[in-house]
Amino acid sequence: MTATRDRIEATLRKRYRRERLFRFFGLVSLGISFLFLLILLFTIFRTGLPAFQQTWIKIDVDLDPAVLGVDRHASQDELFGANYAKAIKVSLRKIFPDAKGRKKKRGLKNLVSNSAPWQLRDAVMKHPDLIGTTHAFWFLAKDDVDVFMKGQIDRNLPESDRRLKDFQLAWIDKLLAEGRLEKRFNTTLFTAGDSREPEQAGVAGAIMGSFFTMLVTLLLSFPIGVAAAAYLEEFAPQNNRWVDFIEVNINNLAAVPSIIFGLLGLAVFINFFGVPRSTPLVGGLVLTLMTLPTIIIASRAAIKSVPPSIKQAAIGLGASPVQTLFHHTLPLAMPGILTGTIIGMAQALGETAPLLMIGMVAFVVDIPHGILDPATVMPVQVYLWSDSPERAFVERTSAAIIILLGFLVVMNSAAILLRRRFERKW
Amino acid sequence: MSIQTILLTLVALLLFSYFLGHKRSLRSVKKGRGGDKLHSRPAYYGYMVALWAGIPAVIVLLLWTMFQSQIVTSLTVAGLPETMQAESQGGHGLVINEIMNLADSGMVAEKSDPTLKAAAEHYLRLRGISHQAIAVLALVAAVIGMLLGLRMVRPDTRARNVVERAIVWTMLGCAAIAILTTVGIVLSVLFESLRFFHAVPITDFLFGLTWSPQTALRADQVGSSGAFGAVPLFAGTILISAIALAVAVPLGLMSAIYLSDYASPMMRAITKPVLEVLAGIPTVVYGFFAALTVAPFIRQAGEALGLDVASESALAAGLVMGIMLIPFISSLSDDALSAVPRAMRDGSLGLGATRSETIRKVLIPAALPGIVGGILLAASRAIGETMIVVMAAGLSANLTINPLEAVTTVTVQIVTLLTGDQEFDSPKTLAAFALGLGLFVITLLLNIVALKVIRRYREQYE
Repeated sequence: MTATRDRIEATLRKRYRRERLFRFFGLVSLGISFLFLLILLFTIFRTGLPAFQQTWIKIDVDLDPAVLGVDRHASQDELFGANYAKAIKVSLRKIFPDAKGRKKKRGLKNLVSNSAPWQLRDAVMKHPDLIGTTHAFWFLAKDDVDVFMKGQIDRNLPESDRRLKDFQLAWIDKLLAEGRLEKRFNTTLFTAGDSREPEQAGVAGAIMGSFFTMLVTLLLSFPIGVAAAAYLEEFAPQNNRWVDFIEVNINNLAAVPSIIFGLLGLAVFINFFGVPRSTPLVGGLVLTLMTLPTIIIASRAAIKSVPPSIKQAAIGLGASPVQTLFHHTLPLAMPGILTGTIIGMAQALGETAPLLMIGMVAFVVDIPHGILDPATVMPVQVYLWSDSPERAFVERTSAAIIILLGFLVVMNSAAILLRRRFERKW
Repeated sequence: MSIQTILLTLVALLLFSYFLGHKRSLRSVKKGRGGDKLHSRPAYYGYMVALWAGIPAVIVLLLWTMFQSQIVTSLTVAGLPETMQAESQGGHGLVINEIMNLADSGMVAEKSDPTLKAAAEHYLRLRGISHQAIAVLALVAAVIGMLLGLRMVRPDTRARNVVERAIVWTMLGCAAIAILTTVGIVLSVLFESLRFFHAVPITDFLFGLTWSPQTALRADQVGSSGAFGAVPLFAGTILISAIALAVAVPLGLMSAIYLSDYASPMMRAITKPVLEVLAGIPTVVYGFFAALTVAPFIRQAGEALGLDVASESALAAGLVMGIMLIPFISSLSDDALSAVPRAMRDGSLGLGATRSETIRKVLIPAALPGIVGGILLAASRAIGETMIVVMAAGLSANLTINPLEAVTTVTVQIVTLLTGDQEFDSPKTLAAFALGLGLFVITLLLNIVALKVIRRYREQYE
């Protein structure tokens, strides 16, 4: 008796140590996920938050009729064609008289965004009386100046490694000293479409594109998904080979790589049916096929959880099976169905790969106004910007990710709330 | 008439037929035609008439969308002069494309070539006629259907049964979309792949060791013969997926075990959402993070150790993909572990085993099929994952097993081959479909095996 006990006790310490070690490994693996999420969010927010601010430059523009080529009595058409770029150039040289030589002149031009002439044009066309006066305007600064102002260019680097040269840094210091540089909230990011110039680029086009794409996806996948789920749960004959085949297909489609759906969209929707490329319509169609399995599986679970007694009561009172479905089963299953739908839509909103196949990577400047306008979507915009070489696009990529994550958080919270609020245990 | 107007008119017509059917059913009872009591509620008669009006119109519209472009194109070709007709048959539809582009550009009048100009005008005219014809046809079909439907409105018509049968058939149609999608996937990748295998022998594709899909414009160009050997791509895919699984399987499994067996309810309430957040982050975000932070970090770490690390190493993409897969593996293993009957766990604990011994020697062996199924599903996801590798893995096809070098994957190549602007007939674009076919077949096999394993395992304990 004691011999056995001794033997057990001899190993017991070792066994307990192993137990603690095992437990510790479990904690560590959870901790790694935790840590990774923290680092990811921290990195994205640290790089992305500066993008919500933007640098503006104040320039006293001398609206000399001789430079502009028009006077204050000119028609709107003439005002439209006036030489605003030259007016800005002349005024800039007035601030920096030392800008001599081609290199320095170009460096001077590169302080201000090339949207400045249009900005000036709009202002003058609104108030032609300004012509002939000198007026202070705030213009968007070029992305390099913006990046420097946010401390992302180290002035101690050798000059050849910097986008901004020494003389430009001196000018920026002078502008700062005169209070001509200012950081403001970046409204461009939310109102503009895509652009090759970082300071003029915004996500408005991508947000609208995502909106229209999601609209198409929702309008198609919700009714089709619910109908399919209801059929499979309530009307499908038992042990039918075709019904089994449908179920196998749905389960498989849920695991098919998303890029394959892109190939399908390219070959079938675009090349065979002639749906226009790059549009939210074709994007929505592809995402519909992708989200359908998710919605069908969630809806089936929700319909299954409605107790049979309710259906039997309805049938017993003379309702037909279809009436039972529409009057009783579906309304009771709706919270579960909606939760599944929202989760499916959140997946679709973050999906990128299939949309690359069907031309939604096109560079689209205009903000789309319908499902047939060329468009891009938020995640694809992230991908496009992450590919751009300019330093200023890195922070904008992160900012776009923050906005995208914001939408996803809202959608998922809605799903959780819905589940909490309406979930019923029978 | 544009499509939108046709659809709107059609909807209005359907509402109108519902209204007519509803009214007529009530009137027919008063007149006592065919009985003095309606079989169904009046609304069902309305729906029935609307169905009669809507179905033919929708069929007409569908047929038109499927065939109109072919018909219009072939009529345009028929209108071309003899010489150009022969050309358009040989020249891969180049002429047709030119005509269509010209017509769509809206600058027909400025084109100098008179034959092309005439053809484009002809094409535009035909398209206009086809649009008008479809409007008339669809609306006529709807009206005839409505009239036929209205004739059926009598008190003894079983309108509810008609409508309900239509609803059930529609629902069956919706369910069958899953089959259609699969068929569509198979057909679309298969057809284009077959065309690809006409240009490139299938053995070269499957067993070739070099991948350089540049096809030359001129025959005498350097490197003119594009090489389409897919082995390096599949090797790269397997390398990255293996790294990802090596990260995800132990971490995911241990997380699941800790959460189900050790964590306090409080801890679980905090940790589960974290895993769900990880699962909900779009892959493009992971890709950006991998390229921005992880890859440079690994490169610097490697340099500190005196290793030569490529800036787009397989390791970076694989690591981040592994993190992405943790929640997936963890939730599937959790399902598998919790399906093991309570009695087995209690029996082992009752015999004096520690918790970790119970888990390692009883729970995991019992849940192994479920866990393996989950790992197979994760492998299928890793192989098909696109954005992380597009953004963090390289483009050059290296045949290597060194995780510090840059490799490329099947999905990366599909994306690069298809996102440029090129003619749809070149072997370069078709190669993407052949790769897609390979990807589809592999993931399909993995999924089928995984689902079968999981299902059989579930039955075992139910």
